[in-house]
Amino acid sequence: MVMRWISGETTRRWARALMVAVAVAGTVLPALPAGAQPITLNGAGATFPFPLYSKWSQLYAAERGVQINYQSIGSGGGIRQFIAKTVDFGASDGPMTDEQIAQAGGRVLHIPMVAGAVVPVYNIPGVGQGLNFTPEVLADIFLGKITRWNDPRLARANPGVKLPAAEVVVVHRSDGSGTTAIWVNYLSKVSPEWKARVGEGTSVNWPTGLGGKGNEGVAGLVRQTPYTLGYVELAYALTNRMTFGNVRNRAGRFIRPSLSTTTKAMEGALPLIPADYRVFFTHPAGRDAYPIAGFTWILIYGEQPDPVRGKALVEFLWWATHEGQKYAPTLLYAPLPKSLVARIEGTLKSVTAGGKSLL
Amino acid sequence: MAALAALCAALVLAPLFLILVFLTRAGLGAVNLEFFTSLPGPAGERGGGMANAIAGTVYLLSLAAVLGVPLGVLGGVFLAEYPHIRLTHLARFAADVLNGTPSIIMGLFAYILLVLPLGHFSALAGGVALGVMLIPIVLRTTEEVVRLVPSSVREASLALGIPQWRTTLQVVLPTAAAGIITGIMVGLARIAGETAPLLFTAFGNRFWNWDPLKPMAALPIQIFAYAISPFDDWHRQAWAGALVLVTMVLLVNVAARTAAGRQLRLR
Amino acid sequence: MASVVAAPASGPVAAHRGDRLFGVVLAAAALAVPLLLGGLLLALLAGAWPAVQRFGLTFFAGSTWDPVTHEFGALPFIYGTLVSSTLGLSMAVPLGLGVAIFLSELAPGWLRVPVGFLVELLAAVPSVVFGLWGIFILVPWVRSVLTPLVKGALGFLPLFDGPPLGIGMLAAGLILAIMVVPFIVAVGTSVMRAVPTTQREAALALGATRWETTRRAVLPYARSGIMGAVFLALARALGETMAVTMVIGNVPQIKASLLAPAYTIPAVIANEFTEATSDLYVAALIYTAVALFIVTVVVNAAARLLVGRAARDAVLGE
Repeated sequence: MVMRWISGETTRRWARALMVAVAVAGTVLPALPAGAQPITLNGAGATFPFPLYSKWSQLYAAERGVQINYQSIGSGGGIRQFIAKTVDFGASDGPMTDEQIAQAGGRVLHIPMVAGAVVPVYNIPGVGQGLNFTPEVLADIFLGKITRWNDPRLARANPGVKLPAAEVVVVHRSDGSGTTAIWVNYLSKVSPEWKARVGEGTSVNWPTGLGGKGNEGVAGLVRQTPYTLGYVELAYALTNRMTFGNVRNRAGRFIRPSLSTTTKAMEGALPLIPADYRVFFTHPAGRDAYPIAGFTWILIYGEQPDPVRGKALVEFLWWATHEGQKYAPTLLYAPLPKSLVARIEGTLKSVTAGGKSLL
Repeated sequence: MAALAALCAALVLAPLFLILVFLTRAGLGAVNLEFFTSLPGPAGERGGGMANAIAGTVYLLSLAAVLGVPLGVLGGVFLAEYPHIRLTHLARFAADVLNGTPSIIMGLFAYILLVLPLGHFSALAGGVALGVMLIPIVLRTTEEVVRLVPSSVREASLALGIPQWRTTLQVVLPTAAAGIITGIMVGLARIAGETAPLLFTAFGNRFWNWDPLKPMAALPIQIFAYAISPFDDWHRQAWAGALVLVTMVLLVNVAARTAAGRQLRLR
Repeated sequence: MASVVAAPASGPVAAHRGDRLFGVVLAAAALAVPLLLGGLLLALLAGAWPAVQRFGLTFFAGSTWDPVTHEFGALPFIYGTLVSSTLGLSMAVPLGLGVAIFLSELAPGWLRVPVGFLVELLAAVPSVVFGLWGIFILVPWVRSVLTPLVKGALGFLPLFDGPPLGIGMLAAGLILAIMVVPFIVAVGTSVMRAVPTTQREAALALGATRWETTRRAVLPYARSGIMGAVFLALARALGETMAVTMVIGNVPQIKASLLAPAYTIPAVIANEFTEATSDLYVAALIYTAVALFIVTVVVNAAARLLVGRAARDAVLGE
């Protein structure tokens, strides 16, 4: 609305004071003494490990006086900022491609931090926890080939469960995400049709379903909409008290997702983990392995530009892969197995600055 | 007829009340002294606050004001005082297009302009992204209010032999100051809630920082990061942050408008 | 430039050096705005260039969005953006004009200021708060109350086909309507207030009721201004990001049903920009932003042609 301001003398004075205040705040604030600032290492990337990294950041600042400023802007964002060298380290739930590594230039290291599982969550009125899913059924639901909850193939895996005839509403992430990368990597491994028609990546062209923004968006949609099936990280399913299913693994057993079955998956995949750690451990061997899981990595350059900051960085990563691991389970992440940590030690020792090892 | 129109008004205002009730219910429990005085707490534990994010938002808004206010006010005065030349039409049109440009694009712009050349994220880049959004708002408000200053005021000053530029600075602007301030406050209130332009510029920070060339915390970024986390306590904090942000924005709006005119009235 | 600024519109022509300098400073500030806009457009075009080269104009005809195979077509996003905005406006315009008529013609003086003020506060609520409110309150309401209602009355239309998800085009339209209504109220009220009192008095003197006066004397007079208000609100609706993303369902498809999920340009940028890893993918997203930018420019230009002075001035910073 058009307003008419008739300014009295007091108003004018007040207004002038405010104008001055804004100007002063703008010029003085940036000039405030910074003091003896401790080293701050900036990192960006995956949202999935954000709670753990923030916990580490808190503890590490108190213990060693080095500030780790981690911002969860998404895995792809983490990779892009890492390549653009606007951060000290990147973080991702999906490995960098060869093309991206070439783009980054220099030696790129993927350091595994912890592992997480992705679980199928559903909302079927009258059906409780622990519905059994075979890999083929999951793939066909997400391909849009199984459209009803009472599909005979689903019923066969769940004897004694009364499944409704309602239509399955698929819910997936609308934003690109590492969670999606793990989920579709799994579907590609178990379904040739998925691999051919959809493929893998942090974002894909979904054959069916609704998109929710973020884990929160997917969890919200599934909880509020009856007859939905979606996928979220285990931590979300547990803390939000959602109903989630068991998935049949390579050994033919239906496995309930948990921290211990995720660790089992990591151990099952251990012999196959390559030297650069770039692997998803989906569909691994192991009797008790939950089949849909993956690492979350911190990305660093093998040759650090600054010896002081570089040293602070590798020391933090050493701490994170050793002392830091004990904080993982309470935040619902699966810690790294001991044998893998031994391998990572070697990788961290290979980091140099100006040709000299930093550890 | 009057009843129908009143019903429209009620329908339009209902969402405002619903949103405020919703926010209060979800966030009020986590608003306490600690929330305003501490740094963010670690995940999985209760407590911690958003003090640095609140300060960061104020800091970023100050930077935005340093960029946006002088450009906006001077440009607005130009538009009002030289209404019939081509540059005026062009600038006004450009301001309206900028005003309608999605905020995420502003963030992209500041990222290309400052973050990439400097090689790191900074409060400065965030301030620029927000400042670019502030300019058109301040500019159009200033133009409007300056034009409302009666020409008799100008003429009286000019008749006394005072040059045009001093007339503008010492007579016209002070007369319009209250309205301009209102425009600035309303503009600041509007950009205060923006997340998208800050994600790739100010970047966020878990610690205190006053250096404009380093990453800086901001309330919307912190709310966003907490809202997508799996923890109930962080969700409560996100809602609390949103409640604080909305309260800040609403208070600034109220303050700006009451300050601008106890005699403020609809024409 | 100098000859221009030396002759200000108000006041006598002054050859004073200070005036000249002052004029140049002012002009520089005003010039900064179009320059900024130009810089913005250039930066965007540079970012979008790989996609422009690869897809050209076929980008706007393609309806597949497949980041895996790097096939990008923007049609579903353009469709979703236009339809959700139009839907939002179709609800916001009558409501907003109703409120504007109320505020300018009918409401008693003591009610005008508080109601007008509250409507403006609605415009001050951050977008992400609208979005979260949308997910938790609006969408469940649309699913369990509104959808059965419209399906019961109009379910035979393809417009209301499909399962009641709550999320989708209708929810997006509703949230957009709520968000742009303050715009229409603000501009609408001011263009109506700008109608000369003599118009109303003439009508009233002829024995017209207040409603007849509004309809016959005020509304026709304010018509171009109202059209302008609609276009300005449209520009705002087209660019709305966070709130829409959270309720529209984010599926790049073109469906006749308003109950089906859809996708918009700002939503796809907000969703995928942070995770897009390849250059072409990023460029494709920026290319959609260029498209949106151009649409915004066109809509603004249309508004400018239509809107009367009074309405234009009223936009303020809304």
